[in-house]
Amino acid sequence: MTHSPLPLIAVLFPLLGAVLVLATGARRANLRELCTMLASAGQFAAVLSMLPRVIRGQTLTCTMLPLGPGLALELRVDPFGMIFALLSSFLWIVVSVYSIGYMRSLQEHAQTRFYFCFAMALAGASGVALSGNLITLYMFYEILTVATFPLVAHKETPEAIRAARKYLVYLLGGAVVVLFAIAATYCLTGSLDFVAGGFVGGSGSADLLRVIFAAFIIGFGTKAAIMPLHEWLPSAMVAPTPVSALLHAVAVVKAGVFCCLRVILYVYGPGTLADLALWTTLAGVVSCTVIVANLFALTQDNLKRRLAFSTINNLAVIILGASLLTHESVRGALLHLPFHGFMKITLFMCAGSIFVVAKKELVSELDGIGRRMPVTMAAFTVGAAGLVGIPPVCGFLSKWYLCLGALEAGEILFLSVFLASALLDAAYFFPIVFSAFFKPEQENPGAGVKEAPVAVAAPLAVTALLCLSLFMYPDGMFRFYTLGDLAVKSLFGGR
Amino acid sequence: MTVHFSVLIVVVPLLSSFLVFAFGLFQRRVCFPATVAALAACLVFSAGSFRTVLTTGRPVHYHLGGWAPPWGIEYVVDYLNGLVLTAIAIVSLLAAIYARTLVAREIPAAKHPPFYALFLLQVTGLFGMTVTGDMFNLYVLLEIASFSAYALIGMGEGAAPFAAFRYMIFGTLGACSYLLGVGYLYISTGSLNMADLRQILVPIYFSQALMVGLAFLLLGIAVKMAFFPVHLWLPDSYTLAPSCVSVLLAPLFTKVGAYVMIRVLFTVFDPSFSITLLPVTTVIGWVAVAGILFSSIMALAQGDLKRMLCYLIVTEGGYIGVGIGAGNRPGLTGSIFHLLNDMFMMGLLFMAVGAIQAHFRTRTISGLTGLHRSMPVTAAALVVGGLSVIGVPPLCGFFSKWYLILGAIEARQWFFAGALLLGSLLNAVLFFRIFERCYFEAPHDPAHRKREAGVKADRMAMGELIPMALMAVLVILLGLFSGYIVQHAIAHAIPPGV
Repeated sequence: MTHSPLPLIAVLFPLLGAVLVLATGARRANLRELCTMLASAGQFAAVLSMLPRVIRGQTLTCTMLPLGPGLALELRVDPFGMIFALLSSFLWIVVSVYSIGYMRSLQEHAQTRFYFCFAMALAGASGVALSGNLITLYMFYEILTVATFPLVAHKETPEAIRAARKYLVYLLGGAVVVLFAIAATYCLTGSLDFVAGGFVGGSGSADLLRVIFAAFIIGFGTKAAIMPLHEWLPSAMVAPTPVSALLHAVAVVKAGVFCCLRVILYVYGPGTLADLALWTTLAGVVSCTVIVANLFALTQDNLKRRLAFSTINNLAVIILGASLLTHESVRGALLHLPFHGFMKITLFMCAGSIFVVAKKELVSELDGIGRRMPVTMAAFTVGAAGLVGIPPVCGFLSKWYLCLGALEAGEILFLSVFLASALLDAAYFFPIVFSAFFKPEQENPGAGVKEAPVAVAAPLAVTALLCLSLFMYPDGMFRFYTLGDLAVKSLFGGR
Repeated sequence: MTVHFSVLIVVVPLLSSFLVFAFGLFQRRVCFPATVAALAACLVFSAGSFRTVLTTGRPVHYHLGGWAPPWGIEYVVDYLNGLVLTAIAIVSLLAAIYARTLVAREIPAAKHPPFYALFLLQVTGLFGMTVTGDMFNLYVLLEIASFSAYALIGMGEGAAPFAAFRYMIFGTLGACSYLLGVGYLYISTGSLNMADLRQILVPIYFSQALMVGLAFLLLGIAVKMAFFPVHLWLPDSYTLAPSCVSVLLAPLFTKVGAYVMIRVLFTVFDPSFSITLLPVTTVIGWVAVAGILFSSIMALAQGDLKRMLCYLIVTEGGYIGVGIGAGNRPGLTGSIFHLLNDMFMMGLLFMAVGAIQAHFRTRTISGLTGLHRSMPVTAAALVVGGLSVIGVPPLCGFFSKWYLILGAIEARQWFFAGALLLGSLLNAVLFFRIFERCYFEAPHDPAHRKREAGVKADRMAMGELIPMALMAVLVILLGLFSGYIVQHAIAHAIPPGV
């Protein structure tokens, strides 16, 4: 335990950015965008500066304000939180560049509000990542929920507003259930601090603990879009593409999965979950989500909706990995969390890029688009291959560990779930790639190369290259592998 | 000097109310500065006596006229009412500053002196009810507060005099009931002093006269704090009251009533009596559950912003009742903390609505389109207040709700916890509907844009903006520093034996 202001600084950067965005306003648009960029860069630098110390095994803590006996608003950086903090703060830089390009190309309205809410959402996401206990986590979780609402409703059309309302009803409903679970946990244990391996074991009757666990998973699972609580996510696709990227890769659903994993591994812990015989139920429920979401994805013609169902599938894969409670499956889950973020953000930025250039949203319209937009579709291919699990893209690595974990648990059923999911992924991604490159373009064929603006194309090229390099060097700049390894060791004891 | 603070809290506004009236007849301009000065002095007195309590750790007793209790009237400042006094002083001071421009708009110039006199008299009553240690003195001050409230509300628009009359009927019935309760206690014990009663009452806890007395007392208090189902007077009268009046009355009066309820249940009677001997608190808790659900749904049905907030006051009273119903430390912490928070949240929301009504010339939710462009600060204030009522951390409303939920779970009252959580959800629906109106403009709909371009807000005066902004900051700070407030003040304010 080392006290350090760095985690607080990492959370304050986006808050400061949000205030500055509001202060500069639409009249000084360039200055406003500079504020966003500086805040994102500053946040990433702050997170990165904590990395060596976390790798060395230090736990950085920062108590912000006391709340009561055994309770405080406290930030604490452990390897698991570090993974999510690195992911969201790095992708924020990428998405910021991209959204500046995207919003300006489309001349979107209310951009100040957009950047303000975006920064607030990032404050929420990084706070979720760095929270040291459940109540701090809940605070940032709610900030994230509320800050994302105007982003989903951004277009202000009746459809967008309906989607935003749906989003809000689902997520606030989930949050209320979570609040009950947190309060009940506090009543039982008198503490809310995360402990690797859990802290609630033996504090109450088995039935009560089961009910509280169900409340946690239902509540956080709403944000992680576990079926049947996923409905809000495909509807929210009406929002501008940078928002979809935020929802799917950077912050929102990732925060949901992150919270589920926090509860599974750091509140209940593998031992308690095995004692309560809860993991099979959980694994069964999320397995259904894995398969059903992919079947839904097969039927979607809207590209972004198809990607949304793919996200639901992958989030369930992560939770399934954690719920198998073996070394390798947890390692796979911890790696799939960031890797999926990189791959999915690539795909969403590709979808947005196609929309900016060709105004096309449907899969059936994409014939021959690969010849017009080679960079975009090449990046799309990389992301798609990664989600299927084909080397040399990072998605292969995480899926490999997940499959190893299923074997380690001796669960052939869940192994086949992982494999079937990969097969279905291929079934709905590869037709897109095929028709983009090999089918002739229907309207004005041979129009030549017309790529998206640099601010739109560069970020997606960067993330696609990162997906490739993370396969080659899973431990590269972000040290995801080492962090995952440290987290697994702390959870299961050294091996 | 500091020994007199606890009595000066009541004496200063009482005397200045007469002086403001007298001097105001000759020179109207002195009314406002004199009122603000009196209220600022009250803030000093209440904060000063609360500070004495905090540093010495013991309550401050003041015997009026040197007559020792139980014969004389005693004023007591302890942890519980020290907090409440300070909160009343802050909110009423900000409300007075805020009200200035609205008074000029809403009240005819000739009525300014009586208005300010009644304003101060109202605050006198509220301070007095909080600071007094005597059951009958409490009745007197309650009636001072009530009668000035009737008069102030009667100055409002349209049917306001009728609403005020209805309020007076209800209020007088409530006051009678309270007085009857005091009578029963006096006949049984021969004493009116709260601390004295607490000692004398113990041996006669099973007397039926006492139980009847308690029932009358609680009924009276419930009417005055607009506790469901005797809240009927509240929506009409607070909606039709002038904005400069509702901004003072709405946050404070019902909360002081809630304070009196806590005072009677847990310090005049022993907690063991109210919680276990007679299940008074449990009954209150169940009624509160019904009240939360009923008034949340009623609030949803309102198209008038101010009327919706009025139903919300009833809901918040229900939250306090649920904490009392839990009857344990976290529950009561939640009740006391929510009582404080709600003064600031409702103060903020009523300020925002008053400003919208005055400058945006609408009070309906559907008329709020485009508010964020014309009145950005007010719209933001509405968001802060709304999120706090919903219970989004780190705003203060979340933390009191947190303690309330802890209390309900610790008491194993799952329905109480369910009502609290469901209430938050309903409030969320309520407020996000408003936020949508304020911020989203359906830019693709030309008809909408044209209509909205017609509405231009007047410039708000600094005197309105600054109190509103301060109130919003207080709502945030109360949340962030809730740990300190709970640990250093509320933890000691909970009567021993809970």
